[in-house]
Amino acid sequence: MKGRSSETSSERPVSSRRYLFGRGVDDYFKGIANAAAFVGRFFKEVFRLPIHLREIIRQSYYTGVKSLPLIALTGFIIGVVFTKQSRPPLEDFGATSWLPSLMGIAIIRALGPLVTSLICAGKVGSNIGAELGSMKVTEQIDAMEVSAINPFKFLVVTRVLATTFTIPILTIFCISVGLLGSYVNVHQEEATGIITFFRGAFSSLSFLDVASSLAKSVLFGFTVGMVGCYKGFHATQGTQGVGRAANQAVVLSMFLIFLEELVVVQITNWIRLY
Amino acid sequence: MEKTAGPGTEPVIEVVDLSKSFGDLHVLKGANLEVIQGENLAVLGKSGSGKSVLIKLMVGLLKPDQGSIRILGQEVSTLGRKELDALRLRIGFSFQNSALYDSMSVYENLSFPLTMNVKNLSRKEVNLAVAEALEAVGLADKGKQMPSDLSGGQRKRIGIARTLILKPEIILYDEPTSGLDPVTCTEINELINEVQQRYNTSSIIITHDLTCAKNTAQRVAMLLDGTFPKVGTFEEVFTTHDPHIRDFYNYNFIE
Repeated sequence: MKGRSSETSSERPVSSRRYLFGRGVDDYFKGIANAAAFVGRFFKEVFRLPIHLREIIRQSYYTGVKSLPLIALTGFIIGVVFTKQSRPPLEDFGATSWLPSLMGIAIIRALGPLVTSLICAGKVGSNIGAELGSMKVTEQIDAMEVSAINPFKFLVVTRVLATTFTIPILTIFCISVGLLGSYVNVHQEEATGIITFFRGAFSSLSFLDVASSLAKSVLFGFTVGMVGCYKGFHATQGTQGVGRAANQAVVLSMFLIFLEELVVVQITNWIRLY
Repeated sequence: MEKTAGPGTEPVIEVVDLSKSFGDLHVLKGANLEVIQGENLAVLGKSGSGKSVLIKLMVGLLKPDQGSIRILGQEVSTLGRKELDALRLRIGFSFQNSALYDSMSVYENLSFPLTMNVKNLSRKEVNLAVAEALEAVGLADKGKQMPSDLSGGQRKRIGIARTLILKPEIILYDEPTSGLDPVTCTEINELINEVQQRYNTSSIIITHDLTCAKNTAQRVAMLLDGTFPKVGTFEEVFTTHDPHIRDFYNYNFIE
C-alpha cells in the first residue's frame, strides 16, 4: 500500500504536466482553427444580402471621422520629428537636399500605413473588442440571434468592412499631414519651396511603392476590424472577459500588423527585383 | 391577481428525452415536457439546474446532445438557418438581464427587430407598432430614453415589449422577476398575465420565484436532477413529501 502510494505521488506531476502541455497544444490549434473559421465565415457572409449599408456608414464614421484629429496630430508630429532626426547624418555629407526624397520614401512606404494602423488598432480595435465583448457577456448578441437577426452579418461584417475601407483613407490623410509636417520643418531650416519639396518627395517613388502602401493599409484595416470582432465575439467570464477582449484585440492586431508589414515588404522587394 | 384560464389541448412545445451536457456536467438527462396552446407553464428549479439551458435549446442558441424539441410542429434541431429564423420570429425570448441594446434608445431597441425582419414598413407603421408595444407594458413615454436610464423593472418591461413587437405565438421568459423588489415582481407577474390574455400566447416562465409561478402559471414543472419528475398544477406539484420539493417550497414561503 505504502509502495503504491509513493509510486502514484512520483508519477502524478509528470502525467499532469503532460496533460497540461497536451491540453495547451490542443487549445492552441483549436484557437487557430476557430480564428480561421471566423475569417472564412466573414468571406461567406460578406457577399450575402442584406448589406446593412447604414450600419457600415455609421461604423465608418466612428472609425474614420472620429480618428481624424488623432491621426492628424500624430502624422504631423511624426513628419516633423523624422525630418529633424534625419537631418544631422545628411548634413555630414552635405546632402540635406535629399531630405524631401528621404521623407517621401519613409512616410509613404512605411510610416504612414504603419502609424495609422497602429493608432487605429489602439483606438478602434480596442473599442470593437470591448463593445462586442460587452454585448456578448450581456446576451445582446444572443438577443439578436433569437430575433432572427444574423449578429455576425450585422456586427462583424459591417465593422470589418468599415475598418477595411476607412483605414486606407486615414492612411492617405496621415501621409499628407506627415509630408506637410516634414515640409514645414524643411522650409524653416532650408527655405525650400513647397513645389520643390513635393517634387523631391515623390521623385524617388514608383507606382509599386504607392500601390504596396495602399495594399498594406487595406490589409491592416482588415486585420484591425477582424481581430477586434473575433476577440469581442468570443469574450467570456463577465466584465473581466470584456477587458481581456479589448486588451487582446490591441496586442494581437499590433503583432499581426508588424508581421504583415514584414511579409508585404518582402513581397514588394521581390516584385521590384523581377 | 387574475390568472387567465382556458388553455387549448394542442401542444405547441414538445420536449422528448432531451439531454444536454457541458463537459462532465450533465444538465438535462432525458427531460420530457409539453406546453399546451394558450397556457403559461412555469419551470422551477435550483440555480444551475438547467432551466435556462432548456429554453436556449428551444430557440437553437444551444444544440441538444440527444432527444427532440418540437415547437409549433417543427423539429428545432433539424432546421436550417432560414427555417430556424422563421420559427424564431414566432417565439419571443425575454432574457434574464433584459439584454437591451446599450447603444440604442428604447424606441430603437423595439423598432430594430421589426425593421430588420419586416420589409417595406413605413415609418408610421413602425411608430405605431412601437407605441403599441410600449403601451402594452405600461411605458408609453419611455421611447426616447436610453436603457441605462431605466430601472431594473422598466428594463424587464422593455425587454418584454421587444419580444411583443413581432407578435410571437410563444414567449419564453428567463427569470422575469429575478433581482426585483416584491412590488415590481407583482407588476411583472400582472404583465405576464396581461400579455397572455391580450396576445393569446403560450409561455414558459423560467423562475425560482414560487410566487411568480403560482400567480402566472396554469401548470408548473419541477426540474430536478435533469428531468421533470413533477408536472401539474401548483397545488399538485407541492402536495408532496419529496424533501427536495418541500425544501424549495418552504424556503420561498418561509414555513
